[in-house]
Amino acid sequence: MEKFDCVIIGAGPAGVAAALTLVRKGLTVAVFERGEYPGSKNLFGGVLYSTVLNKLIPEFWKEASVERHITKRRYSILSKNSEMAVEFGFEDFNHPPFNNSFTVLRAKFDRWFAQKAEDAGAVIFTETVVDDFIYDKGKVSGIKARREGGDVYADVVVCAEGANSLLTEKAGLKKKPLPHQMITAVKEIISIPKDVIEDRFNLSDNEGMALEFFGGAVKGMIGSGFIYTNKDSLSVGVGCPISAMKENNMKPNDLLESFKSHPVVKKLLRGGKTEELSAKMIPELGYKTLPKLIADGLLIVGDAGGFVNPSLYREGTNMAMYSGVAAAETILEARQSGDFSEKGLQGYIKKLEESFVMEDLERYGDVPEKLSEMPQLFKEYPDAILKMVQGYFTISDLPKDELHRQAWNGFKDNISMWKLLLDMYKARKAVL
Amino acid sequence: MSILQPLEQKTLSEKLFLVRFKTDTESHLKVNPEKCKECKDKSCIYICPAEVYKLDEKENIIISYEGCLECGTCRIACEFIEWMNPKGGYGVCYRYG
Repeated sequence: MEKFDCVIIGAGPAGVAAALTLVRKGLTVAVFERGEYPGSKNLFGGVLYSTVLNKLIPEFWKEASVERHITKRRYSILSKNSEMAVEFGFEDFNHPPFNNSFTVLRAKFDRWFAQKAEDAGAVIFTETVVDDFIYDKGKVSGIKARREGGDVYADVVVCAEGANSLLTEKAGLKKKPLPHQMITAVKEIISIPKDVIEDRFNLSDNEGMALEFFGGAVKGMIGSGFIYTNKDSLSVGVGCPISAMKENNMKPNDLLESFKSHPVVKKLLRGGKTEELSAKMIPELGYKTLPKLIADGLLIVGDAGGFVNPSLYREGTNMAMYSGVAAAETILEARQSGDFSEKGLQGYIKKLEESFVMEDLERYGDVPEKLSEMPQLFKEYPDAILKMVQGYFTISDLPKDELHRQAWNGFKDNISMWKLLLDMYKARKAVL
Repeated sequence: MSILQPLEQKTLSEKLFLVRFKTDTESHLKVNPEKCKECKDKSCIYICPAEVYKLDEKENIIISYEGCLECGTCRIACEFIEWMNPKGGYGVCYRYG
C-alpha cells in the first residue's frame, strides 16, 4: 500500500506551492497531474503577481521562465469604431522586484515551478487522473488514481484541481457553479518579433505592458478584452460571464475575432501570427458563496476554492499560491497534534481570513454582481460619451460654441446625467 | 512578412489545428439525448469555445471531443452534460498556455 504524508491533486501554482512548502519540512508528498507535464493544461490571461512566489523562491525571475515585467498599464473603453484610453507608466517598476508583476506562459512557467518542487523531493505523477477520494469512516484518507493499483493513501489530501472542480463538487464541498459565477475566457498566442513589440508598445528590453479593453471590446457585455506583451508574442483574449454569453447566444470564438478586428486592436496585432488557441473558466463565485474549504482530511486550494480577485487587479495565481502555502502550513501544525480532522485544519481558514486573500475577496467578491446591475456602463455610456467627444473634435465651419452645444445636446438627450454620475460612483466603488 | 501586414485571419478549425492534442478513442463528454430533444436553447452548440457540439441532419448532438480545450464551460452552461477528465496524458496539451 502506497502511503504519503500528503497527496496533492494538480500541479498548478496552488498545488506546487503547497508541495514545495511541505517537502522543505521533510514530509513525503505525491502530486498527481493529469497532463503530459505540469503546465500542459494550465492557462491564465497572462500576468503573474509574485509576492508569494518571491518569498518561496527569492529572486525567482533570475531563473524562472518569465516573459516581461509590467511597467505600463493601459485601460481603454471602446465603442464600435472609437476609443478613449488612459495609460500609466512607472519607471520605479523597472527595478527588482519589478512590482511583482510578470507576464508568463503557463506551459513553461508551471513546468519550471513543478521542477523546483520535484528537485526539493516531491514525487510528481504526470499523466495520472484522480477520479475520487478514498474515505475511511468519513475522513478523506487517500485518492483513487485512474491506473493499475491506483489507490494512494495519505494523512491529508490537498485538492488543487482547478476551476473545473469535479472532485470538490463530488465531495459535497461545493455546488456546481451557476453560469453567472463563471467567466469563460479564450485566448490566442500571437507571435510578433521582439523588437517590433518593443517599438510598437514603447518598451525597453524585458519591460512589458498590460492593456485592458472594455465596452465595445466584448460587444457591450460585462467582461473585457486584453493584450499582454510577452517576449516575442502577445497574449490576446476576451472573457465574459457564461450567463452573458448565453443571453446573447454568443460564440466565444466569434467574440474573440470581433475583438481582434476592432480597428484599435487590429493595428496592434499587425505582422503577427497566431500560434495557439486556448480556453479557460475563471471562477467568480462571490465571497458569500465560496465553497467549504476544509473537510476531514481534505483542504481545497487555488481556483477550485474560488480564489480570484475579479476587479481591475485580476489576481488569481498569487492567491492560488498563497492558499497552497497556507494549506501546507496548516498541515504542518496539524501534524503536531496528529489531528487532520476538519477541526484540526481550521487554521487554514484563519490564515486565509487574516491575509489579503479573504480581505480582497470580501472587498471585491461582488464586483461581477454589482456590475451586472449596471449594463449601461458597458454599452450605452461608452457609445454616448465617445459620440459626444467625437462631436467636440469634429472640425467644421460651425462656431465652436455651436459645435459644443450640438455634441452636448446629443449626449444629454440620451443619458441621464444624474444616473451617469451615480453609476460612475458605484462602479468606482466596486472596481477600484 | 512585413510588420505592417494585418494578422492573418484564421477559421476556428484552422486555429484548433495549431493546438497540440493527444486524441483518445473514447469521448470524455456525454450528452443526454432525451434531454437534448426537449432542450430549446441548445447552448452547447454556441457556448463551447472549440465548438465541439454540433447538430446533425436528424437534430442529434454530435460531439467532436477530439478538439475539446477542457475549459468546462459546457458543463456550467448545461446541467445535463456529463464531463469527465480525459485519460491521463490525453486531451489538450498546451505548448504556450
